[in-house]
Amino acid sequence: MAYGETPSQTVGPYFAYGLTAGQYAYDFTDIADTTIAGPDADGEHIRITGRVLDGNGDVVNDAMIEIWQADANGAYTENPVDVASSGFRGLGRCGTGTDAQNRFYFDTVKPGVVADGTAPFVNVIVFMRGMLVHAFTRFYFDDEAALNAKDDILQSVPADRRDTLIAKRVETRTGVEYRIDIHMQGDAETVFFDV
Amino acid sequence: MSTFKPRDWGSHAPFIAPGYKSTILRGPTQAPLAIKSGLSEGTGPRFAPASVRKLDFDLTKNGITNGEPLGERIVVHGKVMDTDGRPQPDILVEVWQANAAGRYVHKLDQHDAPLDPNFRGSGRCMTDANGNYVFYTIKPGAYPWGNHFNAWRPNHIHLSLFGPGFATRLVTQMYFPGDPLLELDPIFLGTEDAAARERLISKFSIEKTEEGFALGYQFDIVLRGRNATPMEN
Ligand SMILES: [Fe+2]
Repeated sequence: MAYGETPSQTVGPYFAYGLTAGQYAYDFTDIADTTIAGPDADGEHIRITGRVLDGNGDVVNDAMIEIWQADANGAYTENPVDVASSGFRGLGRCGTGTDAQNRFYFDTVKPGVVADGTAPFVNVIVFMRGMLVHAFTRFYFDDEAALNAKDDILQSVPADRRDTLIAKRVETRTGVEYRIDIHMQGDAETVFFDV
Repeated sequence: MSTFKPRDWGSHAPFIAPGYKSTILRGPTQAPLAIKSGLSEGTGPRFAPASVRKLDFDLTKNGITNGEPLGERIVVHGKVMDTDGRPQPDILVEVWQANAAGRYVHKLDQHDAPLDPNFRGSGRCMTDANGNYVFYTIKPGAYPWGNHFNAWRPNHIHLSLFGPGFATRLVTQMYFPGDPLLELDPIFLGTEDAAARERLISKFSIEKTEEGFALGYQFDIVLRGRNATPMEN
């Protein structure tokens, strides 16, 4: 290894006017927001919501969550031209400081299966003041029990902690919502991955 | 596509670094579970050149309302590369920072220092074919924070990059050489390895300094490298 990695440092409390300007109503553009898939994207349109809780169980109001996911066909979109034509971005970013209950929320489509023997999921990164290094996790879906039971990575998680990765489907007046909270610590501490 | 080498935890801070008090209740207590990096981590968002507008790379101009921002004008140059020294082209670099007085535009920043009507403090740029990026800004001021009595953050600029994959995601801070606050700062010191910490400090460069206009700093950024063998699926 010729060069050492640049260390990670905290995103701090004041990221919003740089990273999530639109969501927080600052006068700047953003390169990602809470819409991962626009209305024209193929697939089942869903909303993913949840909260981030600290070691006291208090809801964190200055976290930033990012999601990177496959489209409804299980393909990752890396070409910005594809994004423009399909309405599927693949990337989402949301701060927990604007919702009345300090939830994160993403409008997207349910991802397809990326490879045989895996369950659908989204990749998640958690950033906040008080984290010097961001943490990777995943959200799986509770109505995919059969595929979840065959997913190598999910099955590599100790059985009593697997539930921390599984979002619960709820039918709401406005559509399908998957709900999942991220617990930084405690009995229900979310499983984080060394990716 | 190839997979990325594992994160070198020796170059990073632990999740819980008690000197930085907020980590105590916010850092995960259990070790992260190692997983083999695959398509999901090896891919990542790409950004069209159009996602960077004309003035996005010039923070001395992109927040102007009625004049020039106050403070010391600087130009920051850097190369984004991986641990094997390979330059990383077309990488989006997002930046944000306090103004010259140490005050953030953010609504929650209550520090008793003036806002500058001509400085917002956020921008972005992209690396060129050789991995080089550049942005213009005002040198940010130090500011107090509540971590402990008389705690002050050293001058710093926040930077955010995806790199070539979701696995290479990096959010960091660039510091300035010779800052006496560095050795007192629990965030900087959160990285236990002193040699790794040095990589967070930019270098003053007289070559990059622009005659009569702006002091030059160099801040190279090193992301995780790739494994030699491509992944199977
Ligand atoms: Fe800061």
